[in-house]
Amino acid sequence: MRSARALTLLAGFLVLGLVPVVAALANQPFYLDLFRRIMIFAIAAVSLDLILGFGGMVSFGHAAYLGIGAYAVAIPAFYGIHSGLVQWPLALALSGLAALAIGAVSLRTSGVSFIMITLAFAQMLYYLGISINAWGADDGMRLARRSQFGGVVDLANAYVFYYVVFGVLVALLWLGHRLIHARFGVVIRAAKSNEPRMRAIGFATFRYKLAAFVIAGAGGGLAGALLTNQTEYLTPSYMHWTRSGDIMVMVILGGMGTLYGPVLGAVAFLLLEDILSAWTVHWQVVLGPLLVLVVLYARRGLYGLLPGAGARDG
Amino acid sequence: MAEPLLAVRGLTKRFGGLVATDRVDLEVADGETLAVIGPNGAGKTTLIGQLSGDLVPDAGTIRFAGEDVTALPAPTRSQRGLARSFQITSIFPEFTALDNVALAVQAHAGHSFRFWTPARAERALREPARATLEQVGLGARAAVAAGTLAHGEQRQLEIAMALATRPRLLLLDEPVAGMGADESQRMVQLLRALRGHHTIVLVEHDMDVVFALADRISVMVYGRVIASGAPEAIRANAEVRRAYLGEEIPA
Repeated sequence: MRSARALTLLAGFLVLGLVPVVAALANQPFYLDLFRRIMIFAIAAVSLDLILGFGGMVSFGHAAYLGIGAYAVAIPAFYGIHSGLVQWPLALALSGLAALAIGAVSLRTSGVSFIMITLAFAQMLYYLGISINAWGADDGMRLARRSQFGGVVDLANAYVFYYVVFGVLVALLWLGHRLIHARFGVVIRAAKSNEPRMRAIGFATFRYKLAAFVIAGAGGGLAGALLTNQTEYLTPSYMHWTRSGDIMVMVILGGMGTLYGPVLGAVAFLLLEDILSAWTVHWQVVLGPLLVLVVLYARRGLYGLLPGAGARDG
Repeated sequence: MAEPLLAVRGLTKRFGGLVATDRVDLEVADGETLAVIGPNGAGKTTLIGQLSGDLVPDAGTIRFAGEDVTALPAPTRSQRGLARSFQITSIFPEFTALDNVALAVQAHAGHSFRFWTPARAERALREPARATLEQVGLGARAAVAAGTLAHGEQRQLEIAMALATRPRLLLLDEPVAGMGADESQRMVQLLRALRGHHTIVLVEHDMDVVFALADRISVMVYGRVIASGAPEAIRANAEVRRAYLGEEIPA
């Protein structure tokens, strides 16, 4: 069964990798745009799943990091600093720091309190964003140029940008794969399973959960940096709580606690949005029942329906 | 005289109006097995919880290996050499039996901020874990998901996880709870093999188990220790018989 799973995954990566070829042949540059967007949200969803699915920390504020990453690109750009070598590390560092502060407070609670407190922090940042007039307030601001990499990598080229995002996603999944099976990953998964037992055998679980929270936040920040480059626009609505909800739905739809499930979830969510919103603005009327069906009947989400996905390590 | 490994003074814990442990004094010498007995609701599990650091006492002190550990949280006490098992089985059900024990080894093998090497490939974790599983008689069940083990096997796994932390003191909360006669007999043999090598505080209902294992017995009733002594003395103690043993011991 392992090889069936490997083949399925390979096929998935091939499809994503060949989208630009198909788009070029069919002369449909729109596909390039759509799938780049899907992969950017997949990056956000994969990073959320590290804490949500693997760590059992139901954070309802992941869009906050998306927003911080977006601002970390747009604000330097506003002041004439276009280098991605400045913007992207800044996005990682600031979103990671924000996650450190938010996690240090939130992780002292659990259950519904944890969900609400993460939501509250994200909404605070959202209202901060819409109140700063210098940086566009609720109108946001245009990004004059995409992040520059000294002419070596030109994100203005839609194909180059596509493969940069693809590369980031693949690298994130590879890192994630290593992490969840290494000591660190074992600790956060076991803490989800039975935290009192973890403490009894000698793990101070808080520091590991906080570290996972920071890694997830930095992942969200990176997705945010990519997202402003994608839209060439910054808006505080990247941080709105409905956006956090969207990312969470992608994780649940695709399969919580699986590595590749959130990618599938992002594909399914954004394709549905794209196809159905051409028919009706109330496209979520279809998404809702689908989500209910997945939650009721597919324990490991869409990922669990794939051939060979039975292995528990995802 | 050397200081006892564990010395408890005036340990008091209240839940609202209920005094669950009431000025409890206990001493456990290195290598000794102390059994704490008493009727349901006597405060035995509350006592274990305070010793392991899961519950914060309202008053009193706990000294372990010559240091005051009263204010230390559970993970730190585990690092100092206190290990507990739970009355209601507490394991990682989705993980294999071997993974469960390897986690306990990992907790005491340096920090776990390691992000690259698969933990299952670390021989320094797997081999001691496998040896401990063998020791409790679960060697053949290493690859089975812990949640699907039989009840008795899960109780053995509890002991294995505690042992894998290489403790100086084992706190065992009703290790034979809910076991059949055969399983119970196997557990007593396992615990008997640990005697002498390990210092043990055993909370137990089953008097056969207690008298088979204990060097000394403390009797708790309504949160207080009403008697402590050698098993024969406890058996003969009139107050204990009235309060607890009742008709269980024929005259």
